[in-house]
Amino acid sequence: MSGDFTFEGWRRPDGRIGIRNHCLVLPTVVCAAGVVREVGRRLPDVVVIEHPHGCGRAGPDIGLQLKTLAGIVENPNVGGAILVGLGCEPVSVGLLQAVLADNKKPLRGIVIQETGGSQKTADKVEAMAREMLTELAAMPRERGAAADLTVALECGGSDTFSGMTANPAVGKAVDRLVAMGGTAILSETTEMIGALGPLLRRAENAEVAASLKQIVDRQEEVTRQILGPLADRALAPGNVESGLSTIAEKSLGCITKGGSSPIREVLGYAQRPSKQGLVVMDTPGYDAESITGMAAAGAQAIIFTTGRGSPAGFPIAPVIKVSSNSEIYRAMADDIDIDAGQVLSGKTLDEVGEEILALLLRVARGENTKAEVNRQEVFAIAQTHQAL
Amino acid sequence: MAARAIRLDPRDNVAVVTADVRVGDLIDAGGIQVRATEPVPRGGKVALTAIPSGEPVVRYGEEIGLATQAIAPGQHVHTHNLGGRK
Repeated sequence: MSGDFTFEGWRRPDGRIGIRNHCLVLPTVVCAAGVVREVGRRLPDVVVIEHPHGCGRAGPDIGLQLKTLAGIVENPNVGGAILVGLGCEPVSVGLLQAVLADNKKPLRGIVIQETGGSQKTADKVEAMAREMLTELAAMPRERGAAADLTVALECGGSDTFSGMTANPAVGKAVDRLVAMGGTAILSETTEMIGALGPLLRRAENAEVAASLKQIVDRQEEVTRQILGPLADRALAPGNVESGLSTIAEKSLGCITKGGSSPIREVLGYAQRPSKQGLVVMDTPGYDAESITGMAAAGAQAIIFTTGRGSPAGFPIAPVIKVSSNSEIYRAMADDIDIDAGQVLSGKTLDEVGEEILALLLRVARGENTKAEVNRQEVFAIAQTHQAL
Repeated sequence: MAARAIRLDPRDNVAVVTADVRVGDLIDAGGIQVRATEPVPRGGKVALTAIPSGEPVVRYGEEIGLATQAIAPGQHVHTHNLGGRK
């Protein structure tokens, strides 16, 4: 397959290639959520993102919100975007447009307080979106290859089998993708606690090793502050029921998603990779915040493993769901794309890895994943402080 | 027929059973066999060797925690006898 890992995508002004060509309607603030929801009802072809951010916080969190929302607009799967603000929020349309000053893709903005209220704004956004959909439909396609892809790796609702079926099978697919020049982002710093040793052995150089140690040590300290003596068991009840005993056990299984390539770079939340290959992003273990950060960094697809049966998708990037056991694959047939539980009944990790890579290619060529069909979309930006 | 358990690394002193195991069942973990001395639910870990209290429990070839009490081969290993390193 590696001979022809190509797809027809959309080349963006910054050179990256999208595997989707979405018209995104993005509120800069929670107060615009109702307007974008209404636009989404009227125009199902538009992607709207509802989120609780944009106001009520200060300092570093405003920066994280701006960086993340800008990164989502810049994600190559977004063909064009309409920003909807209220008018008195810190994360305003004007500020986000200033952050996106170098962005050359179609971008519009509208402010509810200057447009006559919610209904008039929804009418205007609908008209803008209709125009943008026509513009996007006329965009030419261009051939992309594995080296154009950045894939986010995630696990949610892990069980004891995740670390021996779904995660290492994803790791096999990632090894193949990286060998073809592609990029994969391993994240969830909480799920690296207890697994620092094997991660450090894979760091490409001393600088990467030092960054890995710094983010994992800091996350361990934060986890201890929050959970006290329970920190070693930083597991959800479902994890423990399924047989996982300690955070180290969960983490060691979690990092197998990254495969066996060297770790080339450690990224901050929502930071775009500057290198190809396997990179690590510092994100919370909370899957919604983690995948949002990786999509803001430019990931065009997300490979998401689950043991307990997470249905989570993402608004602008297809999510490929891989189950760690066949029971949950059958029980959640609407939501899960690939059954890595077949490893328990005799398939090899290489065979399931090949299935995952083949599906990734079909998805890059336009096939919808189950999460896309369901429009099961989650979106959350990692925050460092309480709301003010 | 022996119940199946998966041992991921030759250094591992536990293996994960792929189906519920009853007391007395023979468990085969890729060549190493133990007899279950207590029930082990599907997805649970079974000790393959004796693990003294305070010694590492090893899965993936790495320490996943320390035994909080002496564990005999064939015993179920979970939160009741395995704790994180302090």
